[in-house]
Amino acid sequence: MAPLPDLFKTWFAKRGWSLHPHQQAMLDRSTDSALLLIAPTGGGKTLAGFLPTLVDLADGKHQGLHTLYISPLKALAADIKRNLRTPVDEMRLPIRIEDRTGDTPASRKKRQRADPPHILLTTPESLALLTSYEDAARTFEGLKRVVVDEIHALSESKRGDQLMLALSRLQSICPGLKRVGLSATVEDPAAIASLLARHPDPCDILLADPGPDPDIAMLETPQAPPWAGGGAAYAIAAVMDQIRQHNTTLIFHNTRAQAEIFFHNLWLANDDALPIGIHHGSLDRQQRARVEGAMQRGELRAIVCTGSLDLGIDWGDVDLVIQVGAPKNVKRLVQRIGRANHRYNAPSKALLVPANRFEVVECLAALQAAFAHDLDGDSRGPGPRDVLCQHILIRACAGPFDASELYTEVITTGAYAKLSREDFDACLNFCATGGYALRAYDQWQRLLQRPDGQWQLRDPRASQLIRMNIGTIQDSDTLKVRMKRARGGKPLGEVEEGFAASLSPGDTFLIGGQIVRFEGLRDMTVEVSRHKGRKPKVAVFSGTKFATSTQLSQRILAMFAQDDWPELPDHTRNWLHLQRQMSELPRANSLLIESFPHDGREHACIYGFAGRNAQQTLGLLLTKRMEELGLAPLGFVATDYATLIWGLEPLISAGPLFDIKALRDGLDTWLMGNAVMKRTFRASASIAGLIQRNTPRSRKSGRQATMSSDIIYDTLAKYDPDHLLLDITRQEAMRGLVDFGRIEEMIARVGPRINLQRLPRVTPLAAPLFLEVGRTPVAGAAQERLLAEETERLMQAAGLAN
Amino acid sequence: MNGYNFTLNGTDLTALGSGALYWPAQNLLCVSDLHFGKSERRARRGQPPLPPYETRDTLSRLEADIAKTDARMIVCLGDSFDDSAAVGALLDDEKLWIASLQAGRRWIWIEGNHDPGPVNLGGAHLTELCLQPLTFRHIARMGEKGEISGHYHPKVSLRLKGCHLSRPAFLIDKTRVILPAYGTYTGGVRSTDSCLQALMGPGAMAVLTGPVPRPAPMPR
Repeated sequence: MAPLPDLFKTWFAKRGWSLHPHQQAMLDRSTDSALLLIAPTGGGKTLAGFLPTLVDLADGKHQGLHTLYISPLKALAADIKRNLRTPVDEMRLPIRIEDRTGDTPASRKKRQRADPPHILLTTPESLALLTSYEDAARTFEGLKRVVVDEIHALSESKRGDQLMLALSRLQSICPGLKRVGLSATVEDPAAIASLLARHPDPCDILLADPGPDPDIAMLETPQAPPWAGGGAAYAIAAVMDQIRQHNTTLIFHNTRAQAEIFFHNLWLANDDALPIGIHHGSLDRQQRARVEGAMQRGELRAIVCTGSLDLGIDWGDVDLVIQVGAPKNVKRLVQRIGRANHRYNAPSKALLVPANRFEVVECLAALQAAFAHDLDGDSRGPGPRDVLCQHILIRACAGPFDASELYTEVITTGAYAKLSREDFDACLNFCATGGYALRAYDQWQRLLQRPDGQWQLRDPRASQLIRMNIGTIQDSDTLKVRMKRARGGKPLGEVEEGFAASLSPGDTFLIGGQIVRFEGLRDMTVEVSRHKGRKPKVAVFSGTKFATSTQLSQRILAMFAQDDWPELPDHTRNWLHLQRQMSELPRANSLLIESFPHDGREHACIYGFAGRNAQQTLGLLLTKRMEELGLAPLGFVATDYATLIWGLEPLISAGPLFDIKALRDGLDTWLMGNAVMKRTFRASASIAGLIQRNTPRSRKSGRQATMSSDIIYDTLAKYDPDHLLLDITRQEAMRGLVDFGRIEEMIARVGPRINLQRLPRVTPLAAPLFLEVGRTPVAGAAQERLLAEETERLMQAAGLAN
Repeated sequence: MNGYNFTLNGTDLTALGSGALYWPAQNLLCVSDLHFGKSERRARRGQPPLPPYETRDTLSRLEADIAKTDARMIVCLGDSFDDSAAVGALLDDEKLWIASLQAGRRWIWIEGNHDPGPVNLGGAHLTELCLQPLTFRHIARMGEKGEISGHYHPKVSLRLKGCHLSRPAFLIDKTRVILPAYGTYTGGVRSTDSCLQALMGPGAMAVLTGPVPRPAPMPR
């Protein structure tokens, strides 16, 4: 056992602390090349990660950078810096700690490269940028440890892939580098360990005591939830009661728009004027900082929030977590619940508030999964090649490189361990020449091979552009919202460009919990004024809509197989029984399709349980097939569990619709022209460095006509269909927005067992779908028809009609 | 012909869905802002190498319009090339393609801000072209009458039952027409932009390009 130095023992004793077993274990195993710690929030995880560093640095002999700490949030880096200062100052340790994020002033960043601190706290993007400089080897000289915090969150995104590629670079500069990962509870620790370690090195996993099981229940309300929608307005009074009974309540929502509406309603019902705040990613940074500060000082009784509060900043005295809307994913639910009661060994308390009748079933399934410690997660597949392309460009910024050496380095990254040399070379070729079938740029290659075989940037000035575009986070185009004042009023946050374009002066919407009136657009900023109304239009935020996980969908289907549901509230229980009488309930090993006339139209409801994104894609593919089969579909709407299609002809036979080969052809041919695919392409093209979102020229004038990425996509699809980026786009379409992987999974699961029920009228389970928003008209001819109608209407209105 | 017919300075003209303008009386086809060689110029300047197919894509659309109208005179209204060096950088088969389109036709390159010098391809190179009662020039001038210009790449956005549609568009009023950009790799400036608002008189129309050109009052 590695003994704790006396200085540290005394300090621990003075605070009345003793080492947790997992903290001691981290110290004992400080020479492991990679080590993953899984501990619940509040388990002293950060100290466990830093203890070996502090002990090693205590004698003041180490020169230069010793430990690099990486977290997904800038705020977390600042928070950790504050927390580390306490032991370092109190023990008078000779340790310099600094953070480095996008907010760090340029002068300090420059100094940090020449004279780095002992401990540097940073984000994946800032680290990637650091490795892009020619002097990277000098900056990182002597680096011994890297601590990756909240690695479970990073491992789910391309940010994690970028980080691990950067670590492979660091490992070459500092061969003795030790890697430590800190993670919340996850379903598959081994998968994260294999991402963290230098492949094929081993990575042991330390499991801290998870503490007692959380105390979770569904919130009981006198009123039944509505049939559809996500607002949960019916539960406002009950939630208000809970806020009164607790010190601090965190109220999580799945989307920013829902959070805004809920906060607005809560505020209208807040008769006692309790201090309640709102926090989400579209709010202005200062506004968020104010809420965070008030929260840390314990001044707020409740915070309405979204995933922006998912990660581990310590908020102190939260004693209740409320999740509004079905959690969609059991793992995220468990991690959110962990935000309550940060005292180790005290159970966290949480309440689930289903927003509609179907979510009652979903919440119950999630509760049962949480009790059973049955967490979900989808494996992410091999390392994405768009991130690799960016990594190659970053490597080129740092100076000439040898392709074989870089390949050898890249495959030490867990996610890229199986990358073939051929695939690597295709990415390198894309970075160098664009990788087009028509070789037009031999003279102007981005990367050139020198006579000695090394690759380098042809034009060294290109490195500035590449550095400006480092990162894998895709912000959709948003516009800042400000109060209208003579000199630019208070910033409130941002809204999507598409939403801003849909506003006319006088329209009202919610942002940051207040209703504002749209005044106009100035210099790419949305100017608003205060408004006293009670019924706003709602801002469309870019927050992701999560699809219900495969595992949770399976639990719901398993629950449907029960004879009765005594654990469900009566309203929902009766609803399911009625469905069983009139039609049947969907089953796991077959696919239920209901076909019925309603309101003068024919309808088909497909219960695929494949999650929102896949059901949406299924709607696109099936309506296309139905058009080919002469069923004249008019439109569809999708939820996490079903797609409802309406049209002119009844669906009598379903077999031809579900031919996997035909659906797959649909994906390859006409779906490639769809907007969702274009968005997928845009993300990959900007990560891979084909589209640069940031340029030194300012876009202020709005005169600068920027070309849409859709044009590049269409051109590639037409002239170069086998291009690397289209291949990457097809691969990305298996998950994410298109999620074709889950359609394949569903078709494989049900096989030939397609159960088409022809019914006289709409069924209880299908009825809520009629209330869903987000209907998609069948595109193509329909869009031209709408355009014709609208332009004619405008001509008429202007008195210009022929 | 599939187009929107209108009158400028007493002359009958047709706005085609492709973004080209046809003058039947002169059998003249006018296109603006082709921006040939845009991808080459960007790559030359160290920017990301875009798919190098825009010149052939633009040419194939131009070829189709020429075939459809059988125009004997072609006016390229400036910014035909992304810069002067891009002319030289055209691939041989692209140069041949242009030459074959020029054969048997009067071809005029009007100079634009991107391509001010003469080009070493066939055809005449002019600052502007007066064919009474119309004048063809790259950038519109205040106070002119019967003027056909390009330069601004105008586009129009409309809200259609919940979804947005943005299309390149002709802007037409009593004194002038501003053509949309014809080149494949071109973005656009919204008709609500202040410079377009200042140029276009009251009652100006927008004709949205597409399978069928659609007229609408110019969004203000």
